Amino acid sequence: MENLLIEYLPILLFIGLALGLSIVLTIVPFVIAPQKPDPEKLSAYECGFNAFDDARMKFDVRFYLVAILFIIFDLEVAFLFPWAITLKETGVAGFFSMLAFLAVLTVGFIYEWKKGALEWE
Amino acid sequence: MLQALAFYLFSGVLVISAIMVIAARNPVHSVLFLILAFFNAAGLFVLMGAEFLAMILVVVYVGAVAVLFLFVVMMLDIDFTELREGFLEYLPFGAVIAGVLLAELIVVLLAWNFAAGTTVTARPELPPGGISNTEALGRVLYTDYFFVFQLSGLVLLLAMIGAIVLTLRHREGVRRQSVARQVGRTREEAVELKKVKPGQGI
Repeated sequence: MENLLIEYLPILLFIGLALGLSIVLTIVPFVIAPQKPDPEKLSAYECGFNAFDDARMKFDVRFYLVAILFIIFDLEVAFLFPWAITLKETGVAGFFSMLAFLAVLTVGFIYEWKKGALEWE
Repeated sequence: MLQALAFYLFSGVLVISAIMVIAARNPVHSVLFLILAFFNAAGLFVLMGAEFLAMILVVVYVGAVAVLFLFVVMMLDIDFTELREGFLEYLPFGAVIAGVLLAELIVVLLAWNFAAGTTVTARPELPPGGISNTEALGRVLYTDYFFVFQLSGLVLLLAMIGAIVLTLRHREGVRRQSVARQVGRTREEAVELKKVKPGQGI
């Protein structure tokens, strides 16, 4: 248990360092950079023009479909990791159990392929 | 010592960012705080020795689910001033739902009984032999919990079909590329030779 956590110590140090560095880089410019604001410098602009509209805009719903399909296959791959490293212990039963799982998801994959959900038009 | 420090750091940031998720005025900021909460929860999982869950939390939730939430926030196209207006109007209804949830939680906690002979530990010990958390999961998931595993496959299939049925719309009159038809074209059907007499058009 302790060994496991010691292995993760570099990551913790890395996170701490990244946090510290980003805080310092955010604060230092306020202190040392010359600041002479005027209304023109502070105004928002878009390629030299005034901003046309809000920066937030509606996405097409199809991005959402692509993201959902991505999550599903992401989860499928997540199941493959423990399976791959324990295949020796679980043997034939584990192997065919995963094949059945993949077959079910392949049915879905064929469905979405035939439906044209992967095409962008 | 360091372990306890890391625990309090992770859980403190987790609780604060979870509060900020519902307190932030801008929904995009809420999603960013949610991502911070996910990262800290992953840190807590690592502290408990559940490496695999921690990494899956980062890969699936931060990498995919948070992106999905961002899509939803962007797709709704919310006017922030308008969002604040109905607060008082919906407050009683929201308070009723919150009260029901709280009551349910209290009932569950009061009625929680462990089966006789169960030992309650803060941290389930890994099986001996120095195998990792991922390996321990893999040894039981695909054989002992075969049914649950296949059920999760069916749930994923259902999610896939549901997403396609709900959101897939084919636009009419869109010209698609058909590679097979392009490759299958012969010279005879694509090119036509015409004799043009001098001084006359076709």
